[in-house]
Amino acid sequence: MTSAQTPTHPLVTASGLSKRFAAPRRLSDLFNGQRPHIYAVDGIDLCIGKGESVGLLGESGCGKTTTGRLLLKLTEPSAGSIAFDGVAIDTLKGNDLTAFRKRAQLVFQNPFDALNPRFTIERVLAEPLVNTGVERASHRDKVEKALAQVRLPPLSRFEGLFPHQLSGGQLQRIVLARALVLEPDFIVADEPVSMLDVSVRAGVLNVMREVRATLGLAALYISHDLALVRYVCSTTLVMYLGKIVEQGPTADLLKMPLHPYTRALVNAVPVPRVDQSHEALPIIGNVSDARGQPRGCRFRDRCPMAVARCAEEEPPLRDLGQGRQVACHLA
Amino acid sequence: MAAGRAGAAPGLTGKLARLLRDPFTVAGLTIYAVLIIVAVFADQLMTHDPGEILFRANGRVASNQPPSAAYLLGTTNLGRDVYSQLIGGSRIALVVGFTAAICVAAFGTLIGLLAGYFGGKLDAILMRLADLALAIPFLPFAIVLAGFSRSSTTNVIVAVVLLLWPNTARVIRAQVLTVKERAYVEAARVTGASDARILFVHVAPNILPLTFLYGSVAIGWAILTEAAVSFVGFGDAKNISWGYMLQDAFVSQALSRGSWHWFVPPGLCIILVVIAGFFIARGAEDVLFPKLRS
Repeated sequence: MTSAQTPTHPLVTASGLSKRFAAPRRLSDLFNGQRPHIYAVDGIDLCIGKGESVGLLGESGCGKTTTGRLLLKLTEPSAGSIAFDGVAIDTLKGNDLTAFRKRAQLVFQNPFDALNPRFTIERVLAEPLVNTGVERASHRDKVEKALAQVRLPPLSRFEGLFPHQLSGGQLQRIVLARALVLEPDFIVADEPVSMLDVSVRAGVLNVMREVRATLGLAALYISHDLALVRYVCSTTLVMYLGKIVEQGPTADLLKMPLHPYTRALVNAVPVPRVDQSHEALPIIGNVSDARGQPRGCRFRDRCPMAVARCAEEEPPLRDLGQGRQVACHLA
Repeated sequence: MAAGRAGAAPGLTGKLARLLRDPFTVAGLTIYAVLIIVAVFADQLMTHDPGEILFRANGRVASNQPPSAAYLLGTTNLGRDVYSQLIGGSRIALVVGFTAAICVAAFGTLIGLLAGYFGGKLDAILMRLADLALAIPFLPFAIVLAGFSRSSTTNVIVAVVLLLWPNTARVIRAQVLTVKERAYVEAARVTGASDARILFVHVAPNILPLTFLYGSVAIGWAILTEAAVSFVGFGDAKNISWGYMLQDAFVSQALSRGSWHWFVPPGLCIILVVIAGFFIARGAEDVLFPKLRS
């Protein structure tokens, strides 16, 4: 995190954030007496300002979702710290934790799994209010307000309905309404539309953009979809194997990517033109093993430009001015 | 509202309807229903006091009578009415079966919920306790317990609960391990629900069908155990259960005397009630784990 990137009113700041999981031990590990780890998130810094919307891009398994869960205190970091509105969240308990829960919410990827199948829609939406001890008399008003914000009809239309009786687009709006009912300052949206049909994606995304703008919500959008990030995020971070490899204003980053990985991502977007000359950046092979902490650049195995230095020295995230940062020796 | 996924995820009522289409389940439920009705109206249904020694008109003990209008299932060698004993036995079967089943289901579910949800040391300790209980041979334990303490129906229930809870606990634990990874559980946590609320409001209702399933199996086990303990002579002498009837018939050589009317009915009743539990379990399995059927 550098001064160039730090917004004027930071809401969520993380520094040196790491999360590792115990990897299954191989036979050789038993002989060496090693306990291998997989680094899902490996020492990342990030800062999200009040009302800012940040995109977190990356392929499956790069640690995007873990980052989101860490920021919401759904899992504890192995190292590093997170501050929410100036307060460290790692030691929060009891009432302080409840207060934090009211302010930071999650929008789930799969709306078909995110709602308790035995709860009616009304109960699903009131549950956060019950959990955080909001007085019962105000529940109905708050639920109605949240429904209106996500452009769903009033509660009377959902009388006695269970989640399985609604369509995917409606369910995802309910999931969003559940997050909004607590009137949070910050939401993490983990692949908010990836489970939806393309036809209803735009509707849900528009609602999210609108809600964010009117309520001044800060948001972290986790996605592998460049179009989504370009549509809703002002700043974008690109993650690869637990590290942030590039960050900057979304428009610039997508127009002129600096890191070879970002360039590959941008080039991989399909273009709806048959005669399009397609110069895909050749990146080779698959994501390398996340066991242990390798020396040098993590992307070098697949990078078409890798030089000897990339294997020796891990590139730090360098500031290139105009809010752009990149972790590559060659950029 | 589009009812798009209504077929894919039927609610509780849909499951119940499917359960009631299974002939085995219906048979099992019918047997239980008859048992309950007979036990409740036992006083009205009994023609004699099951412990009373009956006399004939000529003043002699009405022993070893064949079935007749006066004695529907005949009498024992001491002149007691078999039919009335059979009816009275249904009460003991019901009390033993249902008390043990409720205790097994409640205790096993609670342990399974705690072990599965909290994991770690608590899980390890509870599951090793379960292994320990499973390693104890069932019937010998029940007999020893009944032999060492005062023989009573309560002891039989205690023995059944002590040895049957691990089966329920293990299955419930396994189910909790999958349910707690569902997104709606995480949703409950992120919206500020406490562990207790997540466990009992969000997780428990979704594993409740399994609790009922194991409860219905435990009914059969408990009745069988009570019968076995009574048959070997450690039963409660004050309560004439089906097992006690069999023991009484056995020691007074009813078989060699050909008094089929005496020992076949209680044996049949035990078989029917125990089988009913397994019938219901069988039907419920189809509904709970539809993928197993193929």
